[in-house]
Amino acid sequence: MSILIENISKHFGHFQALSPLSLDIHEGEMIGLLGPSGSGKTTLLRIIAGLEGADTGRIQFGDRDVTNLHVRDRRVGFVFQNYALFRHMTVADNVAFGLEVLPRKERPTPTEIKNRVMHLLEMVQLEHLASRFPSQLSGGQKQRIALARALATQPEVLLLDEPFGALDAKVRKELRRWLRGLHDELGFTSVFVTHDQEEALELSDRVVVMSNGHIEQIDQPGALYASPNSRFVFDFLGNANVFDGKVENGKWQNLQANIVLPNGAEQKDGQLYIRSHEFFVSREPTVQANLPLRVIAINPIGAEVRLELTPIDWHSNDVWEIDLPHKAFDKNGFEKGQTLYVTPKAGYFFAHDAQQPVLLNWDQ
Amino acid sequence: MVASYKVTLWAALIASVFNGFFGLLLAWVLVRYDFPGRRILDALVDLPFALPTAVAGITLATLYAQNGWYGDILESLGLKVAYTPWGIVLAMAFTSIPFVVRTVQPVLEELSPEEEEAGMTLGASDWSVFRRVIFPALWPALMTGIALSFTRSLGEFGAVIFIAGNMPYVSEITSLMIFVSLQEFDFPAASAIASVVLMASLVLLFAINIWQARYLRRLHGRS
Repeated sequence: MSILIENISKHFGHFQALSPLSLDIHEGEMIGLLGPSGSGKTTLLRIIAGLEGADTGRIQFGDRDVTNLHVRDRRVGFVFQNYALFRHMTVADNVAFGLEVLPRKERPTPTEIKNRVMHLLEMVQLEHLASRFPSQLSGGQKQRIALARALATQPEVLLLDEPFGALDAKVRKELRRWLRGLHDELGFTSVFVTHDQEEALELSDRVVVMSNGHIEQIDQPGALYASPNSRFVFDFLGNANVFDGKVENGKWQNLQANIVLPNGAEQKDGQLYIRSHEFFVSREPTVQANLPLRVIAINPIGAEVRLELTPIDWHSNDVWEIDLPHKAFDKNGFEKGQTLYVTPKAGYFFAHDAQQPVLLNWDQ
Repeated sequence: MVASYKVTLWAALIASVFNGFFGLLLAWVLVRYDFPGRRILDALVDLPFALPTAVAGITLATLYAQNGWYGDILESLGLKVAYTPWGIVLAMAFTSIPFVVRTVQPVLEELSPEEEEAGMTLGASDWSVFRRVIFPALWPALMTGIALSFTRSLGEFGAVIFIAGNMPYVSEITSLMIFVSLQEFDFPAASAIASVVLMASLVLLFAINIWQARYLRRLHGRS
């Protein structure tokens, strides 16, 4: 079922949690609401569910205006961050809940309910735990039971609040893949909230990046990564190093450090955002850049080695992070405390007076 | 003698069951609603504990006597409370209601709103949510509160004797029998009656504890 959100806003006391925002979600889509805490993503999700009322605006499921419909009549599946399983009920009773509370006329027979519950438990691969209590389950198992419970009434809209937030990395990855499979198989429309950019990019058809109660950008994961349209999105999508430069003699200068402007770049002061893997590393400055940095930490992470660096004789607000393939790292043999020079290959330039970035390339 | 056990047991039972309802309601109102005077009401809940029970008894007797504030109204409805078994129930309920409120209140406060919300998103009515989600969580605490209230009522003395009228076979309670026996220096009789009350209270408390431990273990897992 498609979801139409029109001019929804919400404030709590003096705090504007959501500025009027609109969003059009297609049938069968999986949407990730991505943002830092306090960005209003959970509030938006709760408004879609009907757990929170909006101050202004309208929500429509398909052709149905649900703006003033009570939660229980919206028929959405909702998965809570901390699962919110009923602790005094067995796993099977938890899953059966949505069916048990149906009005008598619509309620399936007890045997039918039992069969449906077993089927749902099979779907989440936990049929052997039917008679356990939630306190006897692991986090990942609880999450899957919460999902089975939400899906028992066959909702057309599934809403998930930080569904994998409390799980360890391995389980998270596994559940993510599993949820995506389930979504594709059953064809419901899903909206989930997350603050993990990797999760949002991996799982969603489209990502909605939010900050301070408004939407920064809505795009497919690939497009979002390739062309972030604001500093915020760039920052939030992570692992970018920022070089603040003033134009002098065809170079961006920051105290002792400089980067040569590439062909076609405007002669403007501004900030250059460079992703952590878009660098050459050398022991001497190059013709393109003179960016001396000191190695303060070396962390091997998966296929890459991440170097943490601090600027020498120039200024940056944050520690720089640079990812190198193991091969390149081994060849250079960097050690903690050493000085090295980096040269950007590509970056995004935000002029001081501009909102939109310009993509720049050095290596032609 | 047996008549006094009967009166005491019945009165305590009615009083504690009444407290179960009323105490739950009071705790609910105190936790869920914000209204002017909430803090005062919250403090007043402890009044029966703070007040010497004799004072409570005399006050209740005065209020519910035929010419008292409430007694007057009830009289016109054809109800008599003071100096009847109902007076015993009233005194017992009054002196033991904090047990219920104070055991239920913290549990109610800590109840996560998510479980209720989960119930609602699954389509349950308010009543269904209360019956299937909230009440089972409160039940152990409520049961404990009722049991404490009951055992306390069994032994209540000060508040009851002033309002009960203490008519033999009708409104004479066990603790008064103990007291009377002591007055007559009949120590064996007093001890005999007392030991029955003591045993009853102990058995009840143990039973409740065992049941509750089992229930809570299910909720929180074996640890």
